[in-house]
Amino acid sequence: MSLTTTTPELQSYLESFTRFEKSAPGQEQGWLRTLRQEGFARFSELGFPTTHEEDWRFTNISPISRTTFQLADGSAKVKARDLDPFRIPGAASQLVFVNGHYTPELSSLGKLPKGVRVCSLAEAIEHARSLEGLLGRYASFDRDAFIALNTAFLADGGHVYIPRGVVVEAPICLLYVSTGNSAPAMAHPRNLVVAEAHSQVTVVEDYVSIDSGVIFSNIVTELYAGPDTVVAHYMIEREDTQALNVSTLRIQQERNANVESHSLLLGGALVRNNVHPVLAGEGGECLINGLFIGKGRQHMDNYMLVEHAQPHCNSRQFYNGILDEQAHGVFHGRIIVHKDAQKTDAKQTNRNLLLSDEAQIDTKPQLEIYADDVKCTHGATIGQVEENALFYLRSRGLDEIAARRLLLYAFASECLERMRTGPVRTYLEALTTSWLPEGMALVQAAGAEVQRNWEELG
Amino acid sequence: MSLLEIKDLHVKVENHEILKGIDLSVNAGEVHSIMGPNGSGKSTLAQVLARRETFVVTAGEVLYKGKDLLAMKPEEAACEGVFLAFQYPVEVPGISNAYFLRSAVNARRKYRGEEEMDAMDFIPYYKEKMKLLEMDERFMNRSVNEGFSGGEKKRNEIVQMAVLEPKLAILDETDSGLDIDALKIVAKGVNAMRSPDRAIVVVTHYQRLLNYVVPDFVHVLVDGRIVKSGGPELALELEDKGYAGVEGEAVRV
Ligand SMILES: Nc1ncnc2c1ncn2[C@@H]1O[C@H](COP(=O)(O)OP(=O)(O)OP(=O)(O)O)[C@@H](O)[C@H]1O
Ligand SMILES: [Mg+2]
Repeated sequence: MSLTTTTPELQSYLESFTRFEKSAPGQEQGWLRTLRQEGFARFSELGFPTTHEEDWRFTNISPISRTTFQLADGSAKVKARDLDPFRIPGAASQLVFVNGHYTPELSSLGKLPKGVRVCSLAEAIEHARSLEGLLGRYASFDRDAFIALNTAFLADGGHVYIPRGVVVEAPICLLYVSTGNSAPAMAHPRNLVVAEAHSQVTVVEDYVSIDSGVIFSNIVTELYAGPDTVVAHYMIEREDTQALNVSTLRIQQERNANVESHSLLLGGALVRNNVHPVLAGEGGECLINGLFIGKGRQHMDNYMLVEHAQPHCNSRQFYNGILDEQAHGVFHGRIIVHKDAQKTDAKQTNRNLLLSDEAQIDTKPQLEIYADDVKCTHGATIGQVEENALFYLRSRGLDEIAARRLLLYAFASECLERMRTGPVRTYLEALTTSWLPEGMALVQAAGAEVQRNWEELG
Repeated sequence: MSLLEIKDLHVKVENHEILKGIDLSVNAGEVHSIMGPNGSGKSTLAQVLARRETFVVTAGEVLYKGKDLLAMKPEEAACEGVFLAFQYPVEVPGISNAYFLRSAVNARRKYRGEEEMDAMDFIPYYKEKMKLLEMDERFMNRSVNEGFSGGEKKRNEIVQMAVLEPKLAILDETDSGLDIDALKIVAKGVNAMRSPDRAIVVVTHYQRLLNYVVPDFVHVLVDGRIVKSGGPELALELEDKGYAGVEGEAVRV
């Protein structure tokens, strides 16, 4: 197979790919080699999307397409102590990736139930052949240049396998650390989560920076939720404001699977968060919950594609955005109800607060319904912090800053409250609090702990 | 010196003169009632006193405890002891009543240089006040006013007043939307707050509440002016003759 690219912009990717192929893990496995080559070929054909395409109308990715990135190597040194703020207390295991490369000395696997596999994808590729037919099965790159590109460079990431009937209570965390790089670097993390029937698991993907630098992370996560599973996925983006982060979470839900996707976008310069669940078995339930908080010149684009393929499934999308200064947010909520998906109940809500005149939000619902007996609702609001609510709080003695913080926290907590109580939520409540404009010590106390005290006292 | 001294107060909203020269003096220990037709400016007056900044004072002066009230921000007025029970209490989803109210209590304490109250001390105190207003304790963990019925919201305002122990309490139509039982409970709560060092201003349309909370003075506000003042009997007269009757009389005076 000979590879060419049609545009000079993509030339550097061809060079990177040629070099990558020489040392990529599992390259001796024919299926994998072919998968990568097909990915690259498709990427070359598609090229990067432009704002002329409907799915990218509000997001100009020229900071990505106009930059030449080198594939990040694994040479950056990170001290364990630097990661302390990023450890989620109560996690079962935490895999650490530095610029996309698994770093065992920083990771802890913890004690996991028998049969559960948590390892790096590179390891899984090298030691097993069982990934054939699984990797790339659901994340189709046919019409998506970023997935195609990720597939071409597929090498490392997190692999989580939960056998039938096993319940893993504590969250499994995948921590992706970007370090400052002298030249723009790129990484293509690929995660594969498989939850077999009747199992239960929580997976957290957390993207953080130590030192600032231009890094382009292009992530694909395939999440298979077997029949009767209970699966929660968290995406946390809190990288430096030079980071470019495009992620796709592709969820495949079987019969009666109950899946939650929670996104918390705080950091990054240009962030595109694709969430694409397919409800492929009857009785599935999917919660797609997100909060994005942007300031400066941050651009945060949330693209939801919820596909109902089978009858009697519920999907709930709730996204709240808080945008300050010149930040630009996008919420694109697409729902496709296929012809067999009768009795679908799909709901979508996007609420936004603009804190400055220059902040901007584009919100767009897109419903495509091919079944006749369905319930689909959508709604979006854009507003400011309400003067009458502010006055109400101030009239009770809270100063203006405290009142504003409280209202922002309340707005943000609508999303936090949809998360199951536990270590991840507790961690994210504190994280959100510290991130809101004028970092707010006062409101920290509004979290779960105080609430609990009150209940105990009652 | 009066607790509250309003002199020739003129207020504009969006270039529209709403209050056209109000004079009113309220002493500690007194209960005043302000009555008047819809749109006469009662809520405007109440909110100006609570320092809502969207109302622009174009002339006049308000002294509260001898200080220039109009120079205060809402939170300063609150910390100085002004409390407004809103005609339309605001829903604040995501913030529990208990958290909100404890923050308010502590804001005042901080203002006065006192130590903050922790949840352990606050909760029993809060519960006691809820009990006075016969409000279910479960309300304390619910979001502020969210999903409350009209009557529950009004009762919640009075619970807040009881907790915050203001010097000057202004109740803006706290009685409207209450059934007779709730009205009695609210009246009991208000009466429990009557004290020699506190003044209460009750804005209402009806005699109903005044049967239980008997005012020392009644003022009639019509079209941005106080057209008549008198004792509790004035409220009965209003009930009888309506505002027009009383106003006509005032004009004749
Ligand atoms: N934000 C505003 N913009 C324009 N006009 C306003 C505004 N707020 C109040 N007004 C007007 O000011 C006038 C006085 O209103 P206010 O609410 O003080 O009346 P009120 O005496 O409390 O009436 P009610 O008995 O109906 O509660 C009304 O004509 C009202 O329409
Ligand atoms: Mg009114």
